[in-house]
Amino acid sequence: MMPRRIFVTGLGIITGIGNNLAETKDSLLHLRSGIGKIRFLETNLRDEIPVSEVKCSLEECFSLACLPLTEGYSRNALLGIIAAKQAFNNARVGDFPALSTGLISSTTVGGMDRCELYYEDFLTNDTRNIYIDSYDCADSTEKIADILKIKDYITTISTACSSSANAIQLGARMIRNGDLDCVLAGGTESLTKFHLNGFNALKILDKEPCKPFDEKRNGINLGEGAAYIVLESEESVLQSGKPLICELTGWGNSCEAFHQTASSPDGIGAYLAMKKALEMSGLNIDDIDYINAHGTGTDNNDISEGRAIEKLFGSEIPPVSSTKPYTGHTTSAAGATEAIISILCLLEHVIWPNLNFTEPMKELNFTPVKKLLSETRVRNVITNSFGFGGNDTSLIFSQPPFTLHRSL
Amino acid sequence: MSAFINGIGLISPQKTAETNDFLKEIMEYDDDYLKCIEPASYKPYIDPIQSRRMSRLIKMGIASAKMCLNEAGCGNPDAIITGTGLGSVEDTEKILGTIHLDQPFLNPTPFMQSTYNTISSQIAIQLKCNSYNSTYVHRSFSFESCLQDALLQIKEGTARNVLAGGIDEMTLNHLSITRRSGHWKKGHVRNLDMLKWDSPGSLAGEGSAYFLLSADKKDESYACLRDVKTLYKPSSQNEILNRVTSMLAVSELTLEDIDLVLLGINGDNRTDHLYYEFTGSLFPATPLAYYKHLCGEYYTANGFALWLSANILKRQNVPSILYINNDRPQQVHNILIYNQYYNANHSLILVSVA
Repeated sequence: MMPRRIFVTGLGIITGIGNNLAETKDSLLHLRSGIGKIRFLETNLRDEIPVSEVKCSLEECFSLACLPLTEGYSRNALLGIIAAKQAFNNARVGDFPALSTGLISSTTVGGMDRCELYYEDFLTNDTRNIYIDSYDCADSTEKIADILKIKDYITTISTACSSSANAIQLGARMIRNGDLDCVLAGGTESLTKFHLNGFNALKILDKEPCKPFDEKRNGINLGEGAAYIVLESEESVLQSGKPLICELTGWGNSCEAFHQTASSPDGIGAYLAMKKALEMSGLNIDDIDYINAHGTGTDNNDISEGRAIEKLFGSEIPPVSSTKPYTGHTTSAAGATEAIISILCLLEHVIWPNLNFTEPMKELNFTPVKKLLSETRVRNVITNSFGFGGNDTSLIFSQPPFTLHRSL
Repeated sequence: MSAFINGIGLISPQKTAETNDFLKEIMEYDDDYLKCIEPASYKPYIDPIQSRRMSRLIKMGIASAKMCLNEAGCGNPDAIITGTGLGSVEDTEKILGTIHLDQPFLNPTPFMQSTYNTISSQIAIQLKCNSYNSTYVHRSFSFESCLQDALLQIKEGTARNVLAGGIDEMTLNHLSITRRSGHWKKGHVRNLDMLKWDSPGSLAGEGSAYFLLSADKKDESYACLRDVKTLYKPSSQNEILNRVTSMLAVSELTLEDIDLVLLGINGDNRTDHLYYEFTGSLFPATPLAYYKHLCGEYYTANGFALWLSANILKRQNVPSILYINNDRPQQVHNILIYNQYYNANHSLILVSVA
């Protein structure tokens, strides 16, 4: 029996380049980066380290989430609610109550944005107790599930910067296995002093706009945001007749098993993740029209990932770009953020440029896409997400089949 | 969808590591929390140079994973999956203690170790294992989601041997913070008297349990993990009861086939009635047991419960300290573990003889 096919029917996204899908697309097309001076995070590093913040205060996040100002909500949860609602509404999940629906979310620091503000209170008084139980990773997931009334399955994944790619992968696996008809999968991450200082201590933050795959690259710009996609089974979309956005045709997860924060020089984890995804999709390397690279802009990642791409694709490397110069590195949300950015390539027949690139890396034989490629054929895209601890995941999204459209 | 349990490593507040005894001596606690009894030395499991930089949770995780793999005779599993509700609390606290300073010279080691996936990835690094690797971080679904992923890997045929574990730690600092939000009993309560106090809150605990789940049955297999289900905020007791019967039906079992129900009762008078309603409706004459008086309450406490179940099924011995009621099983073929966390995270785990 052929395995069940998995389709994408809804997208929701909020990052530094837009509060929704339309704004995101507009920024991408107009080469507008979200990276700049810190406005909302209260930190002494404000003037020193650029980031890509969602351009909303906490109060504005409540408003976008259509919620009254309420104690107990972290920025992390609010961003998640905003993007999850968009995806859920985009796929009109609420119109089909018979679907068994799951939520697989992800985050790396959870509700840390409030926890770090109120930690002194936690230690000394009872004024902020409501935030004690909202600092963990599950809090935002349960708040999203409660608002969207998702009950059939919920869980939260944390594999550092590949978290939401793994959430998408698990959603697809559960649908394929017949456990669920529909899954809202993605991740949410709010900027915090916790990880801004942590990444800074690792000395991998660029003080200028990041330049992935550039010889003079100098590290990461952190970002924040949330992104969710709705996955559905073939049976489910045939029944509802709802429009298909694309098909998820491949996924692969591999561990570098090399170092807690560094990538191996030969990119074994990245290579295996892409290879697994490609094998699963049944596609050949020349079927892939675009690689949305993890491309953080660190010295280490871009060599490792670049070599893995060269090893897998040989002399037929398709256009490659990192879109982190647009959104910053949204850590746990990066997998779903870049899944959506890659899906937009399928929808708009474009390939996004790798902003800020000027000088080729001497270690690599290829250079990333320098200019926006429009009216170009994009049949299949591969998007990479790699995390601390070598948790590497690749996803392949493909144009939806015409045959299925016709049968509707 | 089932898997054989071919190896276990458990570091817990009981003497469960590096011994063949099965709860021969019961450890008692009446102060703070039920704390893990760590191996006398981590040298057999971790290179001392590496372990010096590792925090306690990471060491416990690697050590219990290696105990498990050694017992199963498995050098390189096809997947490594961990469930942890809180990850390394100790490392997170180290950063939080100074974060308000925004100091430029933060020690990066606690930050690196504070990411929740550190345990799974450190195990992979130790084993040089490039296989599938993931981490679940959803309160009292963390370990259960991990088991579900493991069973799915085996069903998909992408793995024959999966290392799956549940791990959480408590610290004095975290204890005092979570005491504020009403999770723990006040005053000194002896762990073995957990159910004698009609009061809110439970006793905090911790533990690290890894299991080698395999498609292949061995003579030494402990038990067979048949199914794992999670229910989020069930709207009624009936929803839970229906889930139990449908779950058993898939395994071609009936309620009468369950020889022992292992309950996550934790002494919290706000929620323990849920367990009694559950057993009253479904298992009025079935032997009932509990376990959190031995390991304390923590997000991945079902790791301890699965270790208990696997040993009971293999040894055909139910330690009397576990019983809640007066019913006793003749033989134990099937155990159902039922746990819930604040009526939000309910889980069912079905384990049978191998």
